[in-house]
Amino acid sequence: MRSIQQLLMEHPFFAGLDDSTVSMLVGCSRNVHFRPGEYLFYEGEPADRFFVVRRGRVALDVHVLGQAEQIIDTLDEGEVVGWSWLVPPYRWFFDARAMQDVSAVAVDATCLRDKCDEDPALGYLMMQRVAQVMYHRLQSARVRLLDLYGADRAG
Amino acid sequence: MADTRSAVTLDLRGLQDLVDLLDREGFTVLGPTVRDGAVVPGRLTSTDDLPRGLGDQQEPGSYRLRQRDDDALFGYAADAVSWKSVLFPSRELIWEGRRTEHGFDVDPGTNNQGLGDPPYAIIGIRSCDLHAVAIHDRILRDRAYPDARYAARRQDAFFVTVSCSDPSGTCFCVSMGTGPRAESGYDLALTELLDGRHTFLARAGSDRGAAVLDRLSSRPADDHDHRAADEVTEYATQHMGRTMDTHDIRTLLYDNVDHARWDDVASRCLSCGNCTMVCPTCFCTSVEDHTSLSGEETERWRIWDSCFSSDFSYLHGGNVRSSPKSRYRQWMTHKLSSWIDQFGTSGCVGCGRCLTWCPVGIDITEEVAAIRADPQQPPGAGA
Amino acid sequence: MPAEVSVAPVAAPIPDAWLPRPFRVVATRRDTHDTATLELEALDGDGLAFTPGQFTMLSAFGIGEVPISISGDPARPDRLVHTIRDVGGVTQALCAAQPGDVLGVRGPLGVGWGVPDAKGGDLVIVAGGIGLAPLRPAVLAVLAARQDFGRVHVLYGARTADDVLFVDDLAAWASAADVQVTVDRALRSWAGRVGLVTELIPRASFDPARTLALVCGPEVMMRYVAAALIARGLPPDRIRLSLERNMRCGIGLCGHCQLREYLICVDGPVLPLDAVQPLLGVREL
Repeated sequence: MRSIQQLLMEHPFFAGLDDSTVSMLVGCSRNVHFRPGEYLFYEGEPADRFFVVRRGRVALDVHVLGQAEQIIDTLDEGEVVGWSWLVPPYRWFFDARAMQDVSAVAVDATCLRDKCDEDPALGYLMMQRVAQVMYHRLQSARVRLLDLYGADRAG
Repeated sequence: MADTRSAVTLDLRGLQDLVDLLDREGFTVLGPTVRDGAVVPGRLTSTDDLPRGLGDQQEPGSYRLRQRDDDALFGYAADAVSWKSVLFPSRELIWEGRRTEHGFDVDPGTNNQGLGDPPYAIIGIRSCDLHAVAIHDRILRDRAYPDARYAARRQDAFFVTVSCSDPSGTCFCVSMGTGPRAESGYDLALTELLDGRHTFLARAGSDRGAAVLDRLSSRPADDHDHRAADEVTEYATQHMGRTMDTHDIRTLLYDNVDHARWDDVASRCLSCGNCTMVCPTCFCTSVEDHTSLSGEETERWRIWDSCFSSDFSYLHGGNVRSSPKSRYRQWMTHKLSSWIDQFGTSGCVGCGRCLTWCPVGIDITEEVAAIRADPQQPPGAGA
Repeated sequence: MPAEVSVAPVAAPIPDAWLPRPFRVVATRRDTHDTATLELEALDGDGLAFTPGQFTMLSAFGIGEVPISISGDPARPDRLVHTIRDVGGVTQALCAAQPGDVLGVRGPLGVGWGVPDAKGGDLVIVAGGIGLAPLRPAVLAVLAARQDFGRVHVLYGARTADDVLFVDDLAAWASAADVQVTVDRALRSWAGRVGLVTELIPRASFDPARTLALVCGPEVMMRYVAAALIARGLPPDRIRLSLERNMRCGIGLCGHCQLREYLICVDGPVLPLDAVQPLLGVREL
């Protein structure tokens, strides 16, 4: 059974961080597991932590009145669920639901934000990592917004 | 490449005999005629059908016939409608089909324009237009999928080229290496001589041409005739209306795809497509299915099309080339540059018709010069 | 009197690539709300031998003719298969064709994927939407000679679960290749991935020094997929796209399908990225 330290260091989101930084992050983290169908968080709830997926698939759902829930994104192992913890008002924008058995490391957002305030270098590092995640998600969302596979698309 | 067969000199009687002989051999004899104030392809039964004593004045956006002070039969420059309309008609039946109990049957069709049936003998085709025919041969006949109807018309066609004597204000065949005198691709080549006597220096360019020449009464061409003919060509060479610098033009237009000049010409271009219709090398077509009301019979027709038409590039609910700018850029770049990659030569033969028949007088020699004078910086170059 | 010389040579017959061959519809399948697959047999019994990536000019008698990629098995030339999307008058008629109807076929046309060029290495096949149709013959050809290829990835993006084509094939292929499907958005019942097909590329393991990539989908999608493949170290001459332009003849004569110097119907539709990348970046070229 690997320690959280080892799990974090293997994860792409934390790759390249030095041992002491990871140790500090470990202090804000704990292992979590979700069964299929369980929710990691709900829209509107305080965004007090984010999840580093080690195994399994997580769906970001939107509940649309009068229609079945829409999955607008899925996240697999190696990916990070949630960044609303970094941007005020720190509230979740979507629901997050485990589609399979999910193992993840939950990182306490308040703990991490405090440490970032104390150590701006760490803060910058975290911002860079999260910005990268946002960058890829935004591109994906924007291109999907074009509805390229829809009818009568000008190629 | 000059023909090594001996040249002869024909008089007007000899020219008429040529028309008669070709007619007896079963050709539909065509030549330049005057209709609606322009020189256009027409049926020839007599040398009287030719535009005797007429010349033309051509400038961008302007075409006028004028009275010459001599009786030249071929004193004009480029006719208004090229021979493309004969060898590659604007409307052609490709096939006709009918439903049957087991599906459908199709039969290949054809449709010649109203001047008569092939084989055609064309008298008076200019060097620029002969080059255009050779270009069409490459595109329509000599690649993997030939146009069978073009190939059939082309196979039997007999060409009597007449050297240009009086280029117009829009001519630039010298810049394109396509004239003013044809060196190959013809059955007979004539140069009209108006030095007191009205004669034609005649040279065969093929076995068929030589066989015809043998059956006409003529006298061997003398040094005087040769000199006179060379002077005609020299005069024409020196009096081109336009020039185009074609040095590295392929790279020039490829590298200037975002040049401001395209916006400039787009502000003038009407996308009317006249240029593509009069251009002797343009070959773009579309297809139409003409179906009976019952749906039992249908005809597939091939019709001329133009890259200037708005839905030429229709794809997935929109047009790839939506703006007139993009369409003008497409036409000019294709004609002068991509044509070289596709078919091994320029697509332009310097006939000047696109200048003459453009309602707003766009001049591609001027457009090329404007881009050449101030090319875009290549990507990565310093400010 | 000189000897009679025949001045007009006799015209030799020239093959006419404009004439359609009659093919009878033997089976139809409605794939999605706007896509159908037709199986056709030639009335003359000669079938249609083709290489993956080629297309035919398919016609509904008296209505019109359109270019459609062949989506069938190249090992079965007796059965011509086309997957058609209803986007206009002709395709609407084709999608509505029933067994017994006779359609016109001209082909096979165009330059295909060149699947044998991938032998001895890895293969990444990326499809978006109906783009899976011209890639299906390539996948079938690869799986028929599976031992000749290394790692094979089939990465497919569709709009929604209802728009996924060849569902049974995808399931069958998963036993011999890495098949990953993603959709733009999904209902709760979907258990697969939601996201752009480009996101599947970082997860595919292949050796960029020995890989051939075949890509087909909307041109925007192909540009982004190409960028993702290049980011993985694939050289541009090992990425092949299937391009599409307006076609009226399919045989290089009508001039409509040009992308600068390329005639998509005879130089393509499959073209290597290094040849077309600068062209795809120019608006309205």
